[in-house]
Amino acid sequence: MSIIDMANRVGATLIPLIIVGIPAYGLLKKVKVYEEFVEGAKEGFEIAVRIIPYLVAILVAIGMFRASGAMDYLVNGLRPVLSLLGFPPENLPMALMRPLSGSGSLGLLSDLIGEYGVDSLFTKIGATMYGSSETTFYVLAVYFGSVGIRQTRHAVVAGLLADGAGALAAVYVCKLMLG
Amino acid sequence: MLNYIWFGLIAIAVVTGLFNGTIDAVTDAAFASARQAVELAIGLVGAMALWLGIMRIADKAGLVAVLARGIRPIARRLFPDIPDGHPALGSIVMNMAANILGLGNAATPMGLKAMKELQELNPEKDAATDSMVMFLAINTSSVQILLPASVVGLMGARAGDIFIPVLVATTISTTVAIIAAKWLQKRPRFAVQTTHADDGEAA
Repeated sequence: MSIIDMANRVGATLIPLIIVGIPAYGLLKKVKVYEEFVEGAKEGFEIAVRIIPYLVAILVAIGMFRASGAMDYLVNGLRPVLSLLGFPPENLPMALMRPLSGSGSLGLLSDLIGEYGVDSLFTKIGATMYGSSETTFYVLAVYFGSVGIRQTRHAVVAGLLADGAGALAAVYVCKLMLG
Repeated sequence: MLNYIWFGLIAIAVVTGLFNGTIDAVTDAAFASARQAVELAIGLVGAMALWLGIMRIADKAGLVAVLARGIRPIARRLFPDIPDGHPALGSIVMNMAANILGLGNAATPMGLKAMKELQELNPEKDAATDSMVMFLAINTSSVQILLPASVVGLMGARAGDIFIPVLVATTISTTVAIIAAKWLQKRPRFAVQTTHADDGEAA
């Protein structure tokens, strides 16, 4: 744990160092740091507003899907296929939820902890899935939305293939190392 | 693709809701999520303004260009359509560095800056370029060394157990992301559809 603590400490200390370091370097290079900061910061609001329609589209669809309870049917339907692969059904909701919703998958992780405890393999597999991936649909909506791109081409398929590979890897690595 | 997934999620939700008796919850979720999306976007404004301001200084001081030159050997393979030394490469490096170090609120503004610079190279403003998809595939597969603070918070001392598994899983998923993006970009079904009679909104 101490390594993890230390690493997180480094991450936390890095932010203030970057916030002071870059302007310090800028001053050395004769940059008008205050004026340039304000100029750059102006874009913050524009970008946030530009992504709103994309974010609404994605989050509404995902929110409706989650509220309907369809996830339970999906999990039950996929159960036989997954047991063939040695994939624990307990971790299926996490694998399916992770690309869709960050808060949803974090909720599932705390459910796993509540039900099986922090020491169980299910919890560790779920936490590995959570930690080794991003909320793919959110990232795609925000990043493409910020530049007004509607034709996302192969981005969704590539992202989901990577998520699937990551989820399977989480199962097998945890079973091998911690099982 | 996103058209079908998006409609699929909504259609499944409504059909399941009708059969399951959860249709009221589905309706509520639709409006709650819409409001949440706006709150999320507006909530980003502060961190976004802060980091974009810092990035602008880094840019003017020549730091971004240094980074862009630094990753030339890798970038040439991953992003062949970005010219050498283009600022987009510098922003991509900064986004990845922030992700690797777990600096989530710094990563997004830097990534969005990279997207803006990639969009300047894009002849078809409505459609993603190969480099954009490659960048996002790597980004969503989450290159990171530190565990998310939320996992450490929930699992406490046991979080240390999954440090190596997360590293392995994330390496595998990033590798698959790169291979998938490279492999799919030439497939005809993912080709750019030209829409010259557009509404000029993307400019």
